[in-house]
Amino acid sequence: MSKQIKEPFLHITKRKEMPAKKAWAIRIGSIVAALIVCAIVTTLTTGLDPISVYGTMIEGAFGTSRKFLILLKELAILLCISLALTPAFKMKFWNLGGEGQVLIGAWATSVCMIYLGGVLPNGILIIVMLAAAIGAGAVWAMIPAFFKAKWGTNETLFTLMMNYVAIQLVAYYIIIWESPKGSGHVGVINQAGREGWLPNIGTNSYWFVIIFVAIITIGMHIYLQYSKHGYEISVVGESQRTANYVGIKVDRVIIRTLLLSGAICGFTGWMMVSGTDHTITTTLAGGRGFLGIMVSWLAQFNSIAMVGAAFLLVFLEQGAGEISTHFGLNQSFGDILTGIILFFIIGCEFFINYIVHVRKNSGKEEA
Amino acid sequence: MKKAVSLVLALMMVFAFTAVFTGCGSSDEGGEGGAEGAIKAGFICLHDENSTYDKNFIDAANEACEELGVEAVIKTNIPEGQECYDAAAELVDAGCGIVFADSFGHEDYMIQAAKDFPDVQFCHSTGTKAHTEGLDNYHNAFASIYQGRYLAGVAAGLKLNDMIEKGDITADQAKIGYVGAYTYAEVKSGYTSFFLGARSQCPSATMDVTFTGSWYDEALEKEAANKLINGGCVLISQHADSMGAPTACEKKGVPDVSYNGSTIDSCPNTFIVSSRIDWVPYYKYAIEAAQNGEAIDTDWTGDLSTGSVVLTDINENVAAEGTQDAIDEAKAQLESGELQVFDTSTFTVDGKALDSYEADVDTDKDYTPDTEVIEDGAFQESKFRSAPYFDVEIDGITLLDTAF
Repeated sequence: MSKQIKEPFLHITKRKEMPAKKAWAIRIGSIVAALIVCAIVTTLTTGLDPISVYGTMIEGAFGTSRKFLILLKELAILLCISLALTPAFKMKFWNLGGEGQVLIGAWATSVCMIYLGGVLPNGILIIVMLAAAIGAGAVWAMIPAFFKAKWGTNETLFTLMMNYVAIQLVAYYIIIWESPKGSGHVGVINQAGREGWLPNIGTNSYWFVIIFVAIITIGMHIYLQYSKHGYEISVVGESQRTANYVGIKVDRVIIRTLLLSGAICGFTGWMMVSGTDHTITTTLAGGRGFLGIMVSWLAQFNSIAMVGAAFLLVFLEQGAGEISTHFGLNQSFGDILTGIILFFIIGCEFFINYIVHVRKNSGKEEA
Repeated sequence: MKKAVSLVLALMMVFAFTAVFTGCGSSDEGGEGGAEGAIKAGFICLHDENSTYDKNFIDAANEACEELGVEAVIKTNIPEGQECYDAAAELVDAGCGIVFADSFGHEDYMIQAAKDFPDVQFCHSTGTKAHTEGLDNYHNAFASIYQGRYLAGVAAGLKLNDMIEKGDITADQAKIGYVGAYTYAEVKSGYTSFFLGARSQCPSATMDVTFTGSWYDEALEKEAANKLINGGCVLISQHADSMGAPTACEKKGVPDVSYNGSTIDSCPNTFIVSSRIDWVPYYKYAIEAAQNGEAIDTDWTGDLSTGSVVLTDINENVAAEGTQDAIDEAKAQLESGELQVFDTSTFTVDGKALDSYEADVDTDKDYTPDTEVIEDGAFQESKFRSAPYFDVEIDGITLLDTAF
């Protein structure tokens, strides 16, 4: 009997499948808990009424039709990058290079816009830009994939390093393209003639971006869930040995999947330069190459669920901006709330996947 | 998979629930902008008050709006991309009749917004394109900060003289170090006017300049200041927005002339004086004009007389004796026009006097020089547009690197 004393106070075991209803209850509970903690933090640190702070966040995201459109645009960009990264992650290939792949796509788009603007007719120019961006993104992702497939190099470091190469390349070209001299800014490219700009729907081309990404979302869902390629990706992700055993050419799958991943990242770069921002800066991707990883994991690689995960992050971002404007709070305060909410959401998955056992009999009774 | 979808739906529901709970309380938006009389003023800032540069703008915005009894709506951390246009459009939606932006890279997006919202006034500080865009509702503003730099330079020159007199350095060693951001005209204009101010007091002064390639990078600026100090510079000044250079100086005990505001709290033993632009006069002018439906200048240049160019208090512990008097004297001469900062008789370029110079005033991709700027024996800075265009490299100043 005395041996039982050695049982730890807490121990954790993996759950079998949890009933959906129970998993639901945990998730909803965690969100309610997050909102309560946020409310307490808000009241304690700022003395503001938390309900009005939440109201302002909602206002910031949906308050006007323009705000809603901006929300959708931001959602589309983040979602597109997340979708791009997903096949790689599903294959357990740690593609941390989304940032660089987007940037190199943006760079390729800019090169075409600057040197071919006015030379080619606009329609053809846009197609050339698109092809260049997709190609550049694909190549950028393919390089680490090739090394991984052939020589087993570490893709985490390799893809990460490729980000810095892309950033420096863009920084170099910014100095070449800057206007006025020495300013370190390229400014809006082809502002007067709009060469290489996606056409407007209304006053901007956000709807194009939104529609493109909607199509990619559905396409990616079908690709991963129902195609042979998608199946191969999940087999390679589960076990490369199994994949080899059943005759899947792992090398080919890795390279093919990363080509796709990079191509979609490059496509995102194209949308940003041709469709929304019309300029290039080293911070154009703005960390979304990394944020996309979180979206992808939060949604457990499900393309449709990613819409929701990306929505959550963008909503929090837009809401945080509105809080800082409305209450004169620093942007960091919004980031704190975002952090708390994400902590709870990610944390609750732990309780869905694992059981925590608390030792029933305390040592004293035994003694 | 389904789990995650439902997770998201749940989230949406909770947020929607909270929205209902708040009684949709804040429906104060929606007024279409531009009503005369009481208007709202919108401000777009690149960073927040943690950047000395943006703090200078935010403080001015609050002060000007408070004095005028106008509501200020301030959006911080707006990057130099499409976000700037979005922010401007949202400010218009929120009922702002005038919108200001503070960072150079916001300009093209402000122009776009000005085209899309012709009834709202858009004012951009530090921009260069208003005079060539030809829009009625788009305006640039700057201040003749080179005058402030010159005066700060006077203080630096006197400090060098003081060091020479005390035997700390010889006259030949009177070398100033300058940490710049980019090889941009605004920076060149700044360090040259600072140098001319210093040399007006200390004729043997020379200067080394290095560039960081960033407007805000504390580590790089610190490193750059250390590099200059190790290279024999005995006094430092900077044109970049972090505390990097001032704190490096404090650590090494090297006197520093700061920018954008006093750094005396962090650097009590080395801070001499700082120049900065006070944006309150411009904000008041522009908001009042918009309120009264009057035209705002396409290019507005504040100067010493408008109170736009100001110096902080001098740190008497570090500055040489008589600094205040010398600054006051030079300031009076600048205001009367007796003294011109870029007087061509006070500097040479490649050993020759500068009789004629065409500057790139109308911004274009190829930097085409387009305007003769030497008049009345001086380089006429900020006359043909508000943003600086002095980009001449004069003798006595050594650029250690020009990569940026």
